[in-house]
Amino acid sequence: MVNKPMLGDLMRDHGVSRRGFLKYCATLASAMALPPMMAPRIAHALENAPRPSVIWLSFQECTGCTEAITRSHSPSIEDLIFNAISLDYHHTLQAASGDAAEHAREEAMKEHWGKYVLIVDGSIPLENPEYSCIAGISNLDMLKETAEGAAAIVSVGTCAAFGGIPHADPNPTGAVAVSDIIKDKPIINVPGCPPIPIVMTGVLAHFLTFGLPELDELNRPKAFYGETIHDRCYRRPFYDKGLFAETFDDQGAREGWCLYKLGCKGPTTKSVCATVKWNDHTSFPIEAGHPCLGCTEPDFWDNGGFYKPLSAPAGDYRKLAQAAVGAGAALGVGSAVLNRMGKSKAAANHETVDAHDLEKKS
Amino acid sequence: MTSPLQEVMSYVGTGNADPILREIRFALAKLVETGEPTVIDLGAIPFAAGDERILDKVLGRGELQATLTSMGESRIAETGVAGVWRVDHFDADGEVQSRFIEVTYMPEILRTQKEDAAYALARLDEMLNERAEARAQAQSGVN
Amino acid sequence: MNNPYFDLLMWARGPGFDIALTVFVAGLLIRVLEILVLGRKRDFSKAKGSPVGQGIKTIFTRSVPRKGLVKFAPITYIGGYVFHIGFLVAFFFFAPHIALIYDLIGISYPAMGRVIIESATALAIIAIIALFWSRMTDPVRRALTTWQDYLLLVLSALPLITGYVAVNKLFGDGTLMLALHILSAEALMVAFPFTKLTHAFTFVISRYYNGAIQGRKGAES
Repeated sequence: MVNKPMLGDLMRDHGVSRRGFLKYCATLASAMALPPMMAPRIAHALENAPRPSVIWLSFQECTGCTEAITRSHSPSIEDLIFNAISLDYHHTLQAASGDAAEHAREEAMKEHWGKYVLIVDGSIPLENPEYSCIAGISNLDMLKETAEGAAAIVSVGTCAAFGGIPHADPNPTGAVAVSDIIKDKPIINVPGCPPIPIVMTGVLAHFLTFGLPELDELNRPKAFYGETIHDRCYRRPFYDKGLFAETFDDQGAREGWCLYKLGCKGPTTKSVCATVKWNDHTSFPIEAGHPCLGCTEPDFWDNGGFYKPLSAPAGDYRKLAQAAVGAGAALGVGSAVLNRMGKSKAAANHETVDAHDLEKKS
Repeated sequence: MTSPLQEVMSYVGTGNADPILREIRFALAKLVETGEPTVIDLGAIPFAAGDERILDKVLGRGELQATLTSMGESRIAETGVAGVWRVDHFDADGEVQSRFIEVTYMPEILRTQKEDAAYALARLDEMLNERAEARAQAQSGVN
Repeated sequence: MNNPYFDLLMWARGPGFDIALTVFVAGLLIRVLEILVLGRKRDFSKAKGSPVGQGIKTIFTRSVPRKGLVKFAPITYIGGYVFHIGFLVAFFFFAPHIALIYDLIGISYPAMGRVIIESATALAIIAIIALFWSRMTDPVRRALTTWQDYLLLVLSALPLITGYVAVNKLFGDGTLMLALHILSAEALMVAFPFTKLTHAFTFVISRYYNGAIQGRKGAES
């Protein structure tokens, strides 16, 4: 892996000129909300950065995150940047298997102790660590062991960042996020199910050039998770005008009106889906006519139903309401009957009432 | 073909055009006085079609337009205000990737990159060598 | 890892709403049934006019101020109108609220646009501030005002303010502000049956009763 070509050579081999690379860096700077004058610096740094050793651990996951990052259109620069790092262990992508694969990880750890970047996708089961093992090593042990020598950890995907789908109620495996286990390392959360490829490479590029990016309270890079999808949605004008699709096949849906009433979680979901989009800026879920599921937020699976509007109650309130009607009616009638009895008693006893009595609170 | 709605929307602005024009003015003054360039990211602020209209109207069309074809097209054009350039990057599908206003004597991306020139030198040498070899071969064939 | 704002929002949409709805429904039924079941002593005299017609008419005519009163107490009347109309427009015609109503009782209708909703909200907030100020400064009104009146003005203003802030992202996290908005509405629901807010339902009964008494006597109301 020592003789791996540098990024510049790789680009040239793929017919990408440096102008093209500069253009990409300008777009990357814009996407990461960095000053645009930084673009040449980013290009320079990416070309000359020492290629860090990267160890990628996959735990309880569906491989969707790896699919997303490797299926970005070839030859994209995302792809090339990903090539420029020294990916020393990734059990889905590497050719080696069995003991040889584990040796690769141990060797990379030994050689780059304290300097390698650890990327994790998938959650870790705590209920019983044996629920998920690689080469006989439980996810918990492998994470602890590999995290110890890491310079930083990137939790890719909602499972690694927040527990994700394995963590969803009733969470049979006791799945937790990386940050629930590792407390003494810088952790960058890149949630999404999966995250947008340019967000993953953007975070890597930022880490290579400037170190840790600025993070929000959930350890997400602010550049990519600073605004809600709703704020940047091209359907927002319909929300403002009060025009909504009521079902998936009505006139509103065909006209491309707002999907709020169909349960869109755009207003509470922070991501750049609406601006960066997916599959080389082709589209994103809302553009395809489906409400946002809110996949970059913790517990998105349990946040009150995908197709329930945000303003609708999440619980099963109908039975309670029926009970309340019954109880309210009974109490109301009961209290009124008592009052009636009191009234007839007072009438029978010729009790008098004046204005001051009426002011008194009973 | 623009729909009537698009036509109306093209007049809707966010009020950000004038502050940007002020920023351009100070950047241009700085360029003239110190030679220091400025780049303004149009994607960093809310910018609607109406703002774009105002910007185009004030800056106007200049005397130089260039098209870069690398990873999709990029359009680099000097505006009617000399020293103020529009740099718009598009991807292979023609979708906008990023848009900038550069206040400079020469946008960096127009300049031939040293790395590309070095690579080109190597390629040119290769081609000349091939030609020399071919000629030598042809001559040895004649003799 | 959890997002505390989301957890608060989910509590507000889940258990918080369940509690508020139970208190609201049961409390209102108690209050209204108490009034209806208690009833009035039957009047055996022959009616000189139409009690039912006058009663129904009065339900509506009492929404129009008496002559001269608007001039006499402009803040109370104009502020009162602006608040009620603004609050009702914002509550019934903002799309997310219609989605809530649809979920509750299955009725849906077209929403109003942002300009109308936000103007109504802003006017209602201004009206509440004016009403509050008038209660504080006018010596007679201040003497008549109880702590409950102030509390209810604040409780009525909070959903309007938090809603406006949440939709426009004026400050704070959007998710947090949405959670606070829902919680403030739930506080209003809990207070509803046990305070003068009940008038939103009982005004029909009292106006009808007043109109019917006059109608029986053959008078206009």
